[in-house]
Amino acid sequence: MDFAQIVQYGLAGITVGSVYAIVAIGFNIIYNTTGVINFAQGEFLIIGAMTAISLSGFLPLPVAILLAVLLTTAVGGLIELVFIRPARDASVLRLIVITIGVSILVREAMLHIWDEKVRSLPYFTGTSVSTVSILGAHISPQVLWVLAVSAVVVTGLTLFFRYTRVGRAMRACADDRMAARLCGINERWMVTLSFMLSAGIGALAGCVVSPVTQTQYDMGAPLAIKGFTVAVLGGLGNSLAAVAAGLLLGLLEQATVSQFPNAYKEAVSIVVLLLVLVFRPSGLFSRGEISALRSA
Amino acid sequence: MTPLRRYLPVLTAVLVVVLLQVALSAAGATYYLTQLTMSAYYALVVIGLCLLMGYAGQVSLGHAGFFAIGGYTSAVLTTCNLSAFGQTSWITSCRWLGMLAERRDLYGASILSFAPWAGFLAAMCLAGIIAFLIGLPILRLKGHYLAMATLGFGLIIYRIVLAAPIFGQADGISNVPPFPLPFGLEVNGRPAFREQNYYLAWALVMAAMVLAVNLVHSRVGRALRSIHQGEEVAHSLGINTYRYKLATFVASSLFAAAGGVFLTHYNGSIGPSEVTVMKSVRYVAIVAVGGMANLWGAMLMAILLNFLSLRGVMGTYDDAVFGAILIVIMLAAPDGLLRLPRWRRPMHFLSRRPHG
Repeated sequence: MDFAQIVQYGLAGITVGSVYAIVAIGFNIIYNTTGVINFAQGEFLIIGAMTAISLSGFLPLPVAILLAVLLTTAVGGLIELVFIRPARDASVLRLIVITIGVSILVREAMLHIWDEKVRSLPYFTGTSVSTVSILGAHISPQVLWVLAVSAVVVTGLTLFFRYTRVGRAMRACADDRMAARLCGINERWMVTLSFMLSAGIGALAGCVVSPVTQTQYDMGAPLAIKGFTVAVLGGLGNSLAAVAAGLLLGLLEQATVSQFPNAYKEAVSIVVLLLVLVFRPSGLFSRGEISALRSA
Repeated sequence: MTPLRRYLPVLTAVLVVVLLQVALSAAGATYYLTQLTMSAYYALVVIGLCLLMGYAGQVSLGHAGFFAIGGYTSAVLTTCNLSAFGQTSWITSCRWLGMLAERRDLYGASILSFAPWAGFLAAMCLAGIIAFLIGLPILRLKGHYLAMATLGFGLIIYRIVLAAPIFGQADGISNVPPFPLPFGLEVNGRPAFREQNYYLAWALVMAAMVLAVNLVHSRVGRALRSIHQGEEVAHSLGINTYRYKLATFVASSLFAAAGGVFLTHYNGSIGPSEVTVMKSVRYVAIVAVGGMANLWGAMLMAILLNFLSLRGVMGTYDDAVFGAILIVIMLAAPDGLLRLPRWRRPMHFLSRRPHG
């Protein structure tokens, strides 16, 4: 394999990896405020992309994407209000089962709205055949869009959680819900907000990646598995580590694709997931004692 | 609990099963028996999963995987053609053990493959071993981690089935021979065998229920329930929680594999649609509707929901119905349909809380 080919695979890996990272961050946002893993996380990407595809038929692309993101954000909030809030005192097992149920309902609803056809958004710039050369490798300009949007999302979220009042309130809830409530933070709305936020960034990721990977109603579940793998790999709740883990998994997947048949690509992330769960459930980047204290 | 109280539901169930058959035959609607038979085999999976989820408190989103390990192992072994190996020594010794069966295919060519009972044994062993090896690491996990790990296991099995030519890829395996049993009985899906197979399947379900109920009311069952209620407490009382969880996981995978073997021989085929994540979720939904720690409820719901689904009552909303069931039950009636507060009194007989 020559250098250009390595760059080619590397860029492809970083592209899918950054999408996985955004799914993982979506998991983390909700996990931090509720302690729940939202199994419907992958569905947010598909809702976003599908809505944008439908809207782009009669609206300019940026407007369609904006509306799709807003709509998915609303759906995320609605899901929390209708399904999660009434069960907020339930056991983890019950909440898992509820989010699984939600993911099935959303998927089936999408099947009935958009049927099982594979669709995609138009390329943001250029067409499916236009390329940009980087270090001898030829890549689609859409790849740059994916990378740029991912970078903006990650930076934006970091700033949001660090410097805004609401972001800090959400972090306070993640640290200690009772203490946050005593400080006058409306913890219930923080949970709703976390669902909206993670739905919104999911939808944006779904839109950006749709021209490259295309979109089908049932693609949410595999994305969720990969996102969860990345979230665990980085340590649940740790969003910056999730970015590193996402890129790692993306590169690993592309390395597999370059050496083995494409069919094994799906297995990579699951094998990684099982290995991490077995050997290092607190994530690659965490120190053992910290996670032990957390779970206590 | 006196033996009479414990077995009263079994007697009632047997009575219902017989009455149902008589009524359906009298009404000339024996075709319903086919779906009831298939539902009964699915009920085996649900009974096993109920032990794991309801009693040991461990979730599994990969039980369709064990069903598939059972079904596919038996299907491969009973449809492969060993004629090419002719008289090699291991073939001769297999023949001497009675492990081989010879039959003719559609075109009259002779096919030499493993006998179904050998396939069954191999399937059960394989499922048990895989469950043990998988359970060894993942049962140390809790909550979300366990759910995702079992989901991952189910997905891997699905991918393998879809990718490997030996499992027929997207087409699955068809022409699986019937499963002959002693006394001239056989697991066979043809209409002539309908009543016989209805009773065979139900005999299996009843045997599984007796096994499961006895397990739940034994020392093991009490240990399991204590794990469910508080793992640390159970541990401090000297219960080896990990070993009990592992044993239950293996046992419940064996139930699922047995269901897979028999349904495959009954249908004469198995395909990747049996291995999807949605199938695993469906089993979880059924256990949840039945009331988690309620074996009879789980069995009843397994028959009812699978029967409706197989009859196509839910149409294109099949999966959506199961998703909705999951949500509604978890939100409104986490103890299952049979234990809705308002229903509790009239349904008392069905909804007895298991107490040791």
